[in-house]
Amino acid sequence: MLKIEHAYWLIALFLAGAAWLNLRERRWSHAGFWLVLAALTAGGKYVLDATAAHHELPAQLAGVGVIALAALSPRMQRGQLVERDVSAREADARRLGHRLFGPAVLIPLVTLLVALFGAYIVIGGVRLFDPVRMTLAGLALACVIALVAALWVTRAKPAAGLAEGRRLLDTLGWAALLPLTLAALGGVFAATGVGAAVSDLVRMVIPVNSALACVIAYGLGMVLFTVIMGNAFAAFPVLTAGVGLPLLIHLHGANPAILGSLGMLTGYCGTLFTPMAANFNIVPVALLELPNQNDVIRAQWKTGAVLLVVNLALMYCLIFRF
Amino acid sequence: MTALLHWLPLLGVLVVVAGFALRFNPVPVVVAAGIVSGLAAGKSIGDILALIGNSFVSERALLLFVLTLPAIGVLERAGLREHVGNWIATLRGLTLSRLLMAYLAARQILAMLGLYDVAGHAQTVRPLLAPMAEGAAEKRGTPLNAQERNDVRAFSAATDNIGRFFGEDVFIALGAVLLIQGFYAQHGIELEPLQIALWALPTAIAAFVVHAIRTVLFARRLTGGASGSATPALRPEGGGKSGSC
Repeated sequence: MLKIEHAYWLIALFLAGAAWLNLRERRWSHAGFWLVLAALTAGGKYVLDATAAHHELPAQLAGVGVIALAALSPRMQRGQLVERDVSAREADARRLGHRLFGPAVLIPLVTLLVALFGAYIVIGGVRLFDPVRMTLAGLALACVIALVAALWVTRAKPAAGLAEGRRLLDTLGWAALLPLTLAALGGVFAATGVGAAVSDLVRMVIPVNSALACVIAYGLGMVLFTVIMGNAFAAFPVLTAGVGLPLLIHLHGANPAILGSLGMLTGYCGTLFTPMAANFNIVPVALLELPNQNDVIRAQWKTGAVLLVVNLALMYCLIFRF
Repeated sequence: MTALLHWLPLLGVLVVVAGFALRFNPVPVVVAAGIVSGLAAGKSIGDILALIGNSFVSERALLLFVLTLPAIGVLERAGLREHVGNWIATLRGLTLSRLLMAYLAARQILAMLGLYDVAGHAQTVRPLLAPMAEGAAEKRGTPLNAQERNDVRAFSAATDNIGRFFGEDVFIALGAVLLIQGFYAQHGIELEPLQIALWALPTAIAAFVVHAIRTVLFARRLTGGASGSATPALRPEGGGKSGSC
């Protein structure tokens, strides 16, 4: 049975391979960075199982690993690694033509097929895919299939897979790690009571008897907290428990389904404004080799601002009416 | 004293805001913020380390996108980006705004079906959408300069984000809707997922309309800028900067 855990091992293997290539070139910081990350990825299940069994040491070691990654991050300069020159690539492009699309399209296509039909593939009475996070396991499988296809189409040596993958990975550098670190911070904030303090702050500054003021406080609170946390999912329970439930639903009689739906979407507008939403706003900056960290945010914040106003208007018009 | 303790963990938020404002490397800033709010909440060093370690490894699915890199790297080495650009240039009807709007619609519909990991910055934007958008933009007759090329790439990434965010919330079986339903259930309010999902539709439609209008304006600005260009070229020759994608 293919599980998400297998995908994590594959990631660890790739990261270790990248570390090894960096080690051979005496790029010590990069080698250490990817090696620690490989260990954390491969050992994740062990850490979580040990914690569930009230055994704290593995989790503490993982915490030390995270701090080591943070210490190495500033040394991960986006060094320009040698890429094949443009004329050789143009010549290949002319020779191979549309055949180059095949493997690239295989990544979304295989993922889609697994997501749609993975549940029905049974071999010898055993399901081929573990239902837990099946789409993500499908994505991992798709990447392997696409790599094999890419090597076959381009007649490149298998080692090219690692070398080229490592080139892109080093281009990403610390940006590859930021989404994970921020998500981890969300967990830490939740466990240390940051959320409760924020919602108390909101309730202290608004006139609670005005329905409009409560709508605006809830909506802008979702945006502000999403901007700080980089994630509307982290903001939603905090703001809805602190402002939405007591003030809008209980005091002013708002419809909870509409409030929840529009509240979350208002948070998503905040996601468009913040570098804290690293996997959406910072990772693409690195992937697309853009010069400024906020280039993607600059391209999308106006859409987000208009939608924020639309959401607040929809909320005020709908939640007290249905 | 107890009142002070209640507010003290907010120091972690302050560390994040200050660190980002001062443009420090974000990874150490974020880790430091976690340690600060842990200390402020009165936790021991051992507890803080375990909390950070556990939170980090439980989110490791966020690293999955790196698995796309070897295949994409091999294809790029064989000229994928160059081929995409050349091919788009031969498609007459495909303008920049039509390309981006079609992608936005497809991304929203896929996300509504729960298929939001099918596309993404690593899966589709870098290898396919960004080079296609650059190729479509260069149909105006002059190659993009470095600034315009960056703008087109950033706008492609933005289009992917908006399509995903404002489609995902309409899907009933995963993610946002279940989080909302679960939250209310904990607080004694029982809701059907479909009730929640349907109320996301007006915003989904508004998102498409707003971003489509911005796309048209963006494309018009790019083609408008071509008439005054100082360096007319007969054929785009690999773009303004080497190693572009």
